[in-house]
Amino acid sequence: MTNILICGVGGQGIVLTSKLIAATAMEKGSPVRSAETIGMAQKGGSVTSYLRIGECSAPMFCRGEADIMIAFEPAEAVREFACLRKGGTVVLNTHAVMPVTAALTGGSYDPSVMEDFLDRADCRVISLDAEKLSAQIGSPKVMNMIMLSAAVRSGVLPFSLEDVAEVMKKTVRPQFVEMNMKALYNTVL
Amino acid sequence: MGNAAIAKGALAAGLNVISGYPGTPSSEVLETAAKTDKDIYVEWSANEKAALELAAGASYCGARSMVTMKQVGLNVASDPLMSLAYVGVKGGMIIMVADDPGPISSQTEQDTRTFAAFSKLPCFDPSSVEEAFSMVADAFELSEKYHTPVIFRPTTRVCHGYASIDIPDKEEWFVNKPTGFERDPSRWVIFPRLSYKAHTEIEKRNRMLSQEGCKGNCILKGSRKGIASHGISAAYVHEVLEGLDDKPSFFKVSMPFPFPEKTALEFLSCVDEVLCIEELDPVIEKELTYVCGKYHLDVKIRGKLTDDIHPAGENDPTYVRDAVQGFVSGVCPEREETVTPKLPARPPVLCAGCPHRASFYAVKMAMRNMKAVFCGDIGCYTLGNAQPLDMVDTCLCMGAGVNIAQGIGKIEPDTYCFAFVGDSTFFASAVTGVINGVYNQANMTLVVLDNSTTAMTGHQPHPGTGRTMMGDIVDKIDIEAVLHGVGVETVVTVDPFDLENAVNTVRCVAALEGVKAIIFKSPCAVIIKQGKPCTIDKDKCTECKACIKRIGCPALVISDGKVTVERSLCTGCGLCTQVCPVNAIERGAQV
Repeated sequence: MTNILICGVGGQGIVLTSKLIAATAMEKGSPVRSAETIGMAQKGGSVTSYLRIGECSAPMFCRGEADIMIAFEPAEAVREFACLRKGGTVVLNTHAVMPVTAALTGGSYDPSVMEDFLDRADCRVISLDAEKLSAQIGSPKVMNMIMLSAAVRSGVLPFSLEDVAEVMKKTVRPQFVEMNMKALYNTVL
Repeated sequence: MGNAAIAKGALAAGLNVISGYPGTPSSEVLETAAKTDKDIYVEWSANEKAALELAAGASYCGARSMVTMKQVGLNVASDPLMSLAYVGVKGGMIIMVADDPGPISSQTEQDTRTFAAFSKLPCFDPSSVEEAFSMVADAFELSEKYHTPVIFRPTTRVCHGYASIDIPDKEEWFVNKPTGFERDPSRWVIFPRLSYKAHTEIEKRNRMLSQEGCKGNCILKGSRKGIASHGISAAYVHEVLEGLDDKPSFFKVSMPFPFPEKTALEFLSCVDEVLCIEELDPVIEKELTYVCGKYHLDVKIRGKLTDDIHPAGENDPTYVRDAVQGFVSGVCPEREETVTPKLPARPPVLCAGCPHRASFYAVKMAMRNMKAVFCGDIGCYTLGNAQPLDMVDTCLCMGAGVNIAQGIGKIEPDTYCFAFVGDSTFFASAVTGVINGVYNQANMTLVVLDNSTTAMTGHQPHPGTGRTMMGDIVDKIDIEAVLHGVGVETVVTVDPFDLENAVNTVRCVAALEGVKAIIFKSPCAVIIKQGKPCTIDKDKCTECKACIKRIGCPALVISDGKVTVERSLCTGCGLCTQVCPVNAIERGAQV
C-alpha cells in the first residue's frame, strides 16, 4: 500500500498529476483509490488530492499515513504536513505562489521559513524549483510532469519513469508528448 | 469517479432518460451518461423541478429514468417529489441527490436521508464507488417492483472519489424498452381520494421494506460494543476495524429509509453499547434509539445526540479513527499537534479577467455615496462579496435576491435596491421573481450577469446558450426579450468592460421608477480565447496600488515591491487600464 498526498494551489495541474499516477498504477495492475478537493477551491484556493495504491476500503487516509507528499507549493506543503508519516518523503517545489489576496491584504509570506520548517522536521525532503525547470524546458504547463518525475525518482512510487511515459503517451495530445517526455526525463535533481 | 460509476451503473441497468440541473457534487453523473451513450435522451433542464417532472413523464411511459441534482436542488424539486411519491411510476425512476457534508460547496448541510423519510421514499446510501455502481441496478429493480421513485444519495467523497472498477461491455447492458403511456386517470391524476388510498399503501409497503431491508445493509459480529455507520464514514470505520484485535460489532446501513428494523434488532441483540458515526443528521442514531425503546432493549445508543460525535461538518478518516478507538478503549486518543509557521490564507476569488468583476465595479462606482443595497445570488458571482469589491449584501438561495431586493425596497423606499443574478440562475428561478416585482409595483434594478454559461459548476449549457446536451444547436432564449415579455420596460444590455459606459448606464437605469434591468453581457473568461496580457509602464506608475485596491484582480501582484502583471494569469480584459488614475497600464496588442 502506498499513500500519496498531492497538494498545491488551484491551476497548478494537481488533478492531472493525480490522474496520471492513478492511470499508471492501474496499468501496472494495482487497484487505486483517490479523492480530491474540487469546486470552490479551484479559484486560487488550496487543492489536495489523496491517492492510495493497493488494497483498501476508503479513498482518503488518516493524518500521519502518507508515504509521500508531492507538494507543488511550500506553504501548502507545511499546511498538509500532518498528513505525512514520520520519516516520509516530501517532493517540494520551492517556487512560492502568493495568495491572490496577498497584494491587497499584505498576506504574503516568506517561503524560506517553510523550507526551514521542513528541513527540521522528521522527513526526507527533495527540493527543486519546478517553475524554473519547466521554463528551461519551454512551457510552464509541464511543471506537473517535472514534479511527478522527481516523485518517481524518489523510489517511493511503485512504478518507473518508463511506466509513466507509456501512459502519458496515450493520454496527452500528440503535439505535447515530446515536451512532456523532456520534462519527465531531463529533470536534474 | 463515483459519479461516472453511477452513470455507467444506470446505463448498464437500461437507462433511457436522464435529466438534471448542475450542482456540485452531482454534475458529472449526467455529463458521463451523455458522453458514454448517444442512444439515450439527456437534458440539462431549466431547474430541478423541471428535470424531475420530465423524468417522471418518461417513467410513466415505462422508461427507466434518472434525475440528478445536489441536495439543495431537491428543495426546488420537492413539490413534484412529494406528489410523485403518492402517484408512483411505471418504469424505474431514480432521484439522484448528492449530499455535501462540510458543506464544501453548498448553502446547507441538509440530509437527503431525512428528506427521504419525509417524502416516504426508499433511499439508498452508497459507501464506495463500487457500491454506487452496483446499487443503481438494485435501485431500479426496487423502483419497478413497488412502482415508486427511489432516492439515491451519495455524498461528496463517493461522488468525487475514484476507484478501479470493472464495467461490463455495452453488449452486456440490460436494454429497457419503454411500453408507452397508457391512459388511466385513476392512476396518473392525483386527487384526495387517490392520495388517501396511496398513503395507506405506502405505509404498508414501507413497513414491509423495513423488515426486508436491502442487500447492502450488513452486520459484522464482534464484541459487545458496536459501531453503526453509513456512506463514506462506514468505509473509514471498516479500515479502522481491520487494525483492531478486539473488534467491535459493526452495522452498516445502506438503506436508511425505510430503516431496516429487523436487521437493527439482530445487531442490537449482540451489543450493550453502540456508537453511531454519521454525517449530517443523526438518522441511524434516532432509529436505533427508537428500536431500543420499542423492544425494551437495554442498549446505550451514543452519537451526535449524546455529544460523542460532532453535530455538523464532514467526517474525515482521522476523526473516525479517533472516535472508534476512543469508544473501544474508553480513552480518547491524544493527537500530536505540530506547530507550523503562520500560513497564508487562500480564499477563493473571481478569476483574472472575470466579467463579473467589471460589472460589480461599475455598479459600485455608479452608486458611490448613495444609499444602496446589493442582493446577490448563487453562482461564481457570490464571490463578489470578497474585498475589495465587497458588493454582496445578501445571498440566500437560487433566485432569492430578486425578491429580497423587492422586500427591502418596500420597507426602505429611499434605498436603491439591486439584485444580481447569473444567466443560468435567471432561467432556473429568477423569472418568477421578476414577474412578481412587475405585478406588485416594486422599485428595483435587476442586474443580469450574462456570461453565456453555467460557470460555477463546470460550464454546462442552459436555455440562453443555444446548445443542448443532445448536441443540438437551437434558438437561444433571449433574456432581454423575456424581460420585455413580462413587462420590464427598460432593459439595457451593456459590455461591463466598457467601464465608463457601464457606470453611466447603471446611473441612468437605477434612477428610473419600477422594475428595470441591466444585462452585463460578456463571456466567462475561462471559455474564451485569452487576449495578450496588459503591461505596466514603469515610468508612469506611481505605485499608488489603486488598481489592486479598486478591483483586486489576481493578475495584479506585487513583485519586489512593485505592482506587476502576472502574465500567466492576465487575460487582457483591460479593466485595470480603465481604473489606473495615471493611465500607466496599457492593453496588450490585440490578438
